[in-house]
Amino acid sequence: MIRISSPVDPQQIRQLRAGDTVLISGVIYTGRDAAHKRLCELLKRGERLPVDLNNGIIYYVGPTPAKPGRAIGSAGPTSSYRMDPYAEPLLQQGLKVMIGKGSRSQQFKQLLQQYGAVYLSAIGGAAASISETIKKCEVVTYEDLGAEAIHRLEVEDFYAIVTYDSAGNDLFEQGMEKYKK
Amino acid sequence: MRTIELSEVTAKIKSMFIDACENIPNNVLEALAKASEQEQSPLGKQVIDKIIENDKLAREKHLPICQDTGVAVVMLTIGSEVVFHGDIYEAVNEGVRQAYTEGYLRKSVVRHPLDRVNTRDNTPAIVHIKMVPGDEFRIDVAPKGGGSENMSLVKMLIPADGVEGIKKLVLDTVFNAGGKPCPPIIVGLGIGGNLEKSAMLAKEALFREIDDSSPDPLARKLEEELLEEINRLGVGPMGFGGTKTCLAVKVNTYPCHIASLPVAINIQCHAARHKSCKL
Repeated sequence: MIRISSPVDPQQIRQLRAGDTVLISGVIYTGRDAAHKRLCELLKRGERLPVDLNNGIIYYVGPTPAKPGRAIGSAGPTSSYRMDPYAEPLLQQGLKVMIGKGSRSQQFKQLLQQYGAVYLSAIGGAAASISETIKKCEVVTYEDLGAEAIHRLEVEDFYAIVTYDSAGNDLFEQGMEKYKK
Repeated sequence: MRTIELSEVTAKIKSMFIDACENIPNNVLEALAKASEQEQSPLGKQVIDKIIENDKLAREKHLPICQDTGVAVVMLTIGSEVVFHGDIYEAVNEGVRQAYTEGYLRKSVVRHPLDRVNTRDNTPAIVHIKMVPGDEFRIDVAPKGGGSENMSLVKMLIPADGVEGIKKLVLDTVFNAGGKPCPPIIVGLGIGGNLEKSAMLAKEALFREIDDSSPDPLARKLEEELLEEINRLGVGPMGFGGTKTCLAVKVNTYPCHIASLPVAINIQCHAARHKSCKL
């Protein structure tokens, strides 16, 4: 198990390999379809982002509302391929790690190599367990989007699996090839 | 005649959705435990064990199993001797509204597919009503997640495609979906009818218990064969490779046109949440 603190060390991110399991501590931002669309529209207009993504981590999640006494509601990953069209502008802002679930485009994998970034998977549907590793949660912007607003999370030992690394390796392809009969 | 109070329907719908989102059915947990024992990939086994741990934690701490608490799908079976006064659809929607706003569930419904503004109470529900003889009033509910629903499809095959054509379609669909629908999945297969009937059959198939099998020998044979063939694809838990991609295949059929072989595939993630009750 490899420990990662965020904001991340770009050298450490380049050394991660598909199949490694990691525990993340520090700050991560949430974002899904609607928030990504707005961020990319800002960049298109030449405006500044409301969050600093340099050496940052985005987690594709739309949590349930927090019950009293809890930092956040259930918070598992959503399917990542829907965010593929928005990846490059955010990588240009220094984004290094994206966390979600499921496979993504070939073009996205090439972008990871180009920008020295990685794609991690959290376990889809393990949303209650994942919420236990999120210690703090606050809305940063786009509150009108509800669960889709951008949240700033403080996490401790957030478990994830390196799925695409910055050298072009793909855990899905490797795994499926091995167990195909 | 038997009178049903719509306020009772609302209250039941509310409690059933909260219950469904927090408490995975026991037979689904048993199927996951069996899958963990049989999974050959160490990472795949680790993933299934974490899913089981999550489902137990959700139950113990009354938390939603998954953050995608879905679109509310409701199937009502209503006997012809049952009477109620008022709007049954509104009674259901009120129950959904209360469950999602008071039960700390995520609101995942937009008012229009093109302008995409959230309705903020997860309504409207998708309600299907089936009329039967007698005085039964049965409610089946399922919060249906978007990730697995997005991997579903309807395809109008032709009779010449036959069982082999159906199998190829299912195997291609599951393989191409990979980890996206959160495997190990359950496959609901609707065969026959027409375009919309096949989709309904596939949805109804997913409302069946995970450990039952079809009483129809042809459907049962297809369920067994497809389960084995899907698990040879290698997709595995969450798509990381493995031997347990699918927990169960459910096949429901209906008569169809001499020219047609409609096939609908409805994919269900491992969080196979549903609840039933009779009023």
